[in-house]
Amino acid sequence: MTESKLMVGNKDIVVPGDILATGMEYLPSQGTYRKGNEIISSLLGLVRVEGKVINLIPLSGAYLPKKGDTIIGKVIDINLNGWRLKTNSAYSALLSMKDGSNEYIRRGADLSEYYEIGDYVICKITNVTSQMLIDLTVKSPGLGKLEGGRIISVTPTKVPRIIGKQGSMVSMIKSATGTNILVGQNGYVWVKGEPKGEILTVKTIKNIEKNSHRSGLTEEIKQYLKNNGGKDGI
Amino acid sequence: MAYKKRIDGRKFDEMRPIEAKVGVIDRAVGSSYFKIGKTIAYAAVYGPRELFPRFMQNPTKALLRTHYNMMPFSGSGDRVRPGPSRRSKEISLVTKHALEPVLKLDDFPNAVVDVFIELPQTDAGSRCAGICAASMALADAGITMKDLVGAISVGIVDGQVLVDLDYQEEAFDGIVSDVPIAIIPSTGELTLLQMDGQISKDDLMKGLEMGKKAITQIMDVQRAALKAKFKGE
Amino acid sequence: MRMDQRVKNHILKYLSQGLRFDGRKSDEIRDISIEYDVSKTAEGSVKVKLGETEVLVGVKLEVGKPYPDKQDEGTIMVNVELLPLSSPDFESGPPSLQAIELARVIDRGMRESNAVDFKNLCIEKGEAVWNILIDVCTLNDAGNLLDAAGIGMLAALQNTYYPKLEDGKINYKEKTDKKLGLKLSPMPVTVYKLGSYFIVDPLKDEEMAADARLTVTTISDGTICALQKGGDLPLTLDDIDKMLDLAIVKANEIRKSIGDKNAKK
Repeated sequence: MTESKLMVGNKDIVVPGDILATGMEYLPSQGTYRKGNEIISSLLGLVRVEGKVINLIPLSGAYLPKKGDTIIGKVIDINLNGWRLKTNSAYSALLSMKDGSNEYIRRGADLSEYYEIGDYVICKITNVTSQMLIDLTVKSPGLGKLEGGRIISVTPTKVPRIIGKQGSMVSMIKSATGTNILVGQNGYVWVKGEPKGEILTVKTIKNIEKNSHRSGLTEEIKQYLKNNGGKDGI
Repeated sequence: MAYKKRIDGRKFDEMRPIEAKVGVIDRAVGSSYFKIGKTIAYAAVYGPRELFPRFMQNPTKALLRTHYNMMPFSGSGDRVRPGPSRRSKEISLVTKHALEPVLKLDDFPNAVVDVFIELPQTDAGSRCAGICAASMALADAGITMKDLVGAISVGIVDGQVLVDLDYQEEAFDGIVSDVPIAIIPSTGELTLLQMDGQISKDDLMKGLEMGKKAITQIMDVQRAALKAKFKGE
Repeated sequence: MRMDQRVKNHILKYLSQGLRFDGRKSDEIRDISIEYDVSKTAEGSVKVKLGETEVLVGVKLEVGKPYPDKQDEGTIMVNVELLPLSSPDFESGPPSLQAIELARVIDRGMRESNAVDFKNLCIEKGEAVWNILIDVCTLNDAGNLLDAAGIGMLAALQNTYYPKLEDGKINYKEKTDKKLGLKLSPMPVTVYKLGSYFIVDPLKDEEMAADARLTVTTISDGTICALQKGGDLPLTLDDIDKMLDLAIVKANEIRKSIGDKNAKK
């Protein structure tokens, strides 16, 4: 029996085709596959070894809708049963009449009184079928129509960095810029405040997106906000 | 055998200098720049995105579309008329076949992945440069793929087997054959194989071996470029 | 493409405080950089970056027969390729209306300014003249492709060298050190009107939200050599007066920032 050997370290950047481990002891998980004696990368990603399981955190790529995700969608169509939303992915999603509001919407009601075409709505994905038919709901606290503000789109894989640990990064930006911020897992970000605060927020988020791989990012962003007119006392 | 020394002084198994960069087109999901000698290719990937018309949708996986195009000023002679030609359509097709075997597109049923390859400057080997660029752009776009793909031309110039023919060699007065190939390095399998000219079976096999070695070097450049985008500074 | 009233209102809110979505002032142009000789197969080429917008411009020179009515003059042709590589909104296929308009507007500015000495392009009267073929290829569309294309065309033409002529045939392998040369520096600047505000160098959102636009091509002394009004809403004489002033000032600012020899101090 050949000896099992890990060829990469935690947080290494790997590209498709890179050999991550040899031997049968390790187990391939997300973004990797086994070929004979080897575990090979199938993504551009960051290595994460958990015990004997090797998986990759993707560094780039389009959004793939998943059940349970909170996303921001844009209303692109209204039909008899509900609203169709663009989701910044290859698939649009359906917000049905019964899931579109906490109040009861009777059949035949004018649905544009709830959401008009062009409105942005923060909602939760309740179901994704194998053919990527997607159902949404707003029946949870914090969900619903986003009034005013502006939307920017970021690389979906950077969303966790923008949110930060337990939302620490987002809270820091909010208090420094005096804006309200909501981040959808799909890469749409809603920012609302005064123009100056919004501009600083957008620039800060772009900065995080660009430097998301750096360690000590939180400290860097704190300094960035300070240098660019953000409020102190974070 | 008249071709004892290459016109530009390279060794017979030596490629022209290669440069590669990833993330060069902001609006694309993935993008790259690949330069080999005087041939330059840009590639951009859009998608997976919604595919219309609907009848083209495949319920089991995303469709891959590839578009190869020479910019009008990129040829070695007169201006190239813009728009698709029979040549560019064929190259788009073989490029698709060169890339598709490594891609895993079944996470995105009914969708499409578009790959656009544009050449601002060419000096032979443009389809291979395009495939190298596209392969990096696909990885940069976060597409699941079992390996990168590398491509290079091999062939003979006046009896001599060599890699990476440039324009002067393609136009050499004597027997020339040009064999563009693409290889999946981890398996050694070929995904592109075409030929212009004449070659013996022995020389062809010798050329393919030479090309395989060259492609491992291309792969190193591609890997380094992809990693560089996400490393500090 | 339909524009959201909401986005437009938001842009207007910013403009009422003298601001843009990216923090610029209303009349501020993004950073411009030019890389020369990006395509050795062209007789002249540049890559222009205007903020995040990027275009490649290549110039080819060919020998052809002159037109019967202009026996001692060469010609110029401008083509714009809105490459699907540069934006998710562009599609493969025949040139779109946007591509055609863009090409024709920058073509007119160059042609009517008389910056090119067409008689200089004559090789043999009635027999052979140089034809200048300009192609603009977009690399990244982050707004204001037209002005970027105009800057690129000017810079590429200024850095175009004749290839060698051998018995009436071109040897593209060898460039001479003879420059095509331009007498003047026509510069298109597009001014956009949103509500009661005027802006230059728009982002994509601003482009789509605009009520009207006016492209003004001027040479250094302020002479206007091409105009194109676009957009859904009409312009008053007062609007046009302001837009012309802004375009003339900004054109010179751009000439200065790219180190153009015809820039006014």
